Amino acid sequence: MAADATHRAIEAVFRIERARLIATLARMTRDVDRAEELAQDALMLALAEWPRAGVPANPGAWLTAAAKRRAIDGFRRSAMQERKHAEIAREADGACDMSIEHLEARLDDDLGDELLGLIFAACHPVLSPEARAALTLRLVGGLTTLEIARAFLSNEAAIAARITRAKKAIAKAGVAFEVPRGRALAPRLASVLEVVYLIFNEGYAATSGPDLVRPPLCAEAQRLGRILAGLMPEEPEVLALLALMEIQASRLAARAGADGAFVPLTEQNRARWDQLLIRRGLKALERVDALGGADGPYALQAALAACHARARRAEDTDWKRIAALYDRLGQVMPSPVVELNRAVAHSMAFGPEAGLALVDAIAGEAALRNYAPLPAARGDFLLRAGRKAEAKAAFEAAAALTANERERDFLLGRAAACR
Amino acid sequence: MRVMVFVKATEDSEQGMTPSPELDQMFVDMGKFNEELVNAGVMVAGDGLKPSSFGKRVAFDGPSRTVIDGPFAETRELVAGYWLWEVKDMDEAVEWVKRCPNPMFGPSEIEIRPLYEMEDFADIIPPEAAAIHDGVGEKLAKS
Repeated sequence: MAADATHRAIEAVFRIERARLIATLARMTRDVDRAEELAQDALMLALAEWPRAGVPANPGAWLTAAAKRRAIDGFRRSAMQERKHAEIAREADGACDMSIEHLEARLDDDLGDELLGLIFAACHPVLSPEARAALTLRLVGGLTTLEIARAFLSNEAAIAARITRAKKAIAKAGVAFEVPRGRALAPRLASVLEVVYLIFNEGYAATSGPDLVRPPLCAEAQRLGRILAGLMPEEPEVLALLALMEIQASRLAARAGADGAFVPLTEQNRARWDQLLIRRGLKALERVDALGGADGPYALQAALAACHARARRAEDTDWKRIAALYDRLGQVMPSPVVELNRAVAHSMAFGPEAGLALVDAIAGEAALRNYAPLPAARGDFLLRAGRKAEAKAAFEAAAALTANERERDFLLGRAAACR
Repeated sequence: MRVMVFVKATEDSEQGMTPSPELDQMFVDMGKFNEELVNAGVMVAGDGLKPSSFGKRVAFDGPSRTVIDGPFAETRELVAGYWLWEVKDMDEAVEWVKRCPNPMFGPSEIEIRPLYEMEDFADIIPPEAAAIHDGVGEKLAKS
């Protein structure tokens, strides 16, 4: 193999192993920064050795062993706090033991446990959702700071600073790289799922910038969702979030028209929906039901997405079922945004006046004051109720509020059509 | 990016499956590999295919359509199974394939082919053709 091809192969191996490697090292050193450094050192060693000696049979184990040796050398070199370090080094020596008994003992501890521990640490509630998202994309997704900056339309320095602060906050709070057990699990899991869905939504419904969708960010969130579903196959809300993302992602190709303009759900060309993703989503949702999790917030949202996915034509949509699901979601996860969507569902199921009544009830909510979808929905109800002048004003108000250029064009188009 | 990964057929796989300790072991090994793919978020879909003796081909020549029953010759060009994976790039797909246990009881081959994605069509298909393509889809969806 040419040197260049070997290097590329080694880097691909490293990318596959990186998250798990960092997870192992973070648990050992209790220091994410150090874990990242050690992982990078192991890559350098591999780049130096593998082209000569060949790629080892189990490259993951090789990289882990190499990084652990570096960690132990580091502990030993450090003269300060000698006793404490000796203690950790002994522990690390034990962890380095690759004997069969040791590996079998570790099987009891669940093989994916370390990776999950890393995900739970990166998504710890001591961090803001944005910090969690950046740290998760860095540590688990393996994205560079530049890639993360591009994804969130931020600059590299700001993202690098955000990640550094997040790492310090984790260290300061003494966050363990473990999967929380018992009662602690539910709120921590919610914090993880929130981050994954935030990443997905930033790709699916870009809140700003020239592009309507950013599919690579969606793919990254789906990958995280699939990893979680593989490692926690009995958690209904994990599967529900995966179902929700798979079904929503099935519409990515249909969501933007040929000119990049926004195409609303009811007007999308459904032949362009990805049926494989829909099937994966519906299958995951079935499993959620079987596990008794149909009433969870993500399960209800996935069920809503499934209603649209099952309708071959927009006019086949079961709006009454959608309205009922939103009624339930409004109780399980009360939020002004859910109420707004509930108003839209009711307008489709029971007529524009039903929608107007619900939307007017929440119009005073502080959280919705500058929320473009509210006047946009109101405009739609008014137009369908024949109140064109009011509809035009509502669409214009919505256009003035959105930061997404494509969406603004769409709303101004609707305003212009109110004659 | 998405890749289709084809497990190529062999004389053995074309004979179908006969229970044996070796086959049991292969199922165990393949099961572990599949689990790894799932846990890494790589696996999207995958299945094994019955021998080509169960298959049919339809040959096109102008307006004519001729149905050909299996089994088919050129065994090594046949497909015995497939996966659909989501990976970062071809290098990563290659590394995953290298980790796959040999899917056959002898020398065998696995082929990786990237799928066309939305953005690939942007440069290939002129806007007018894309519009027609969309129109056809519309009719299909409404039928």
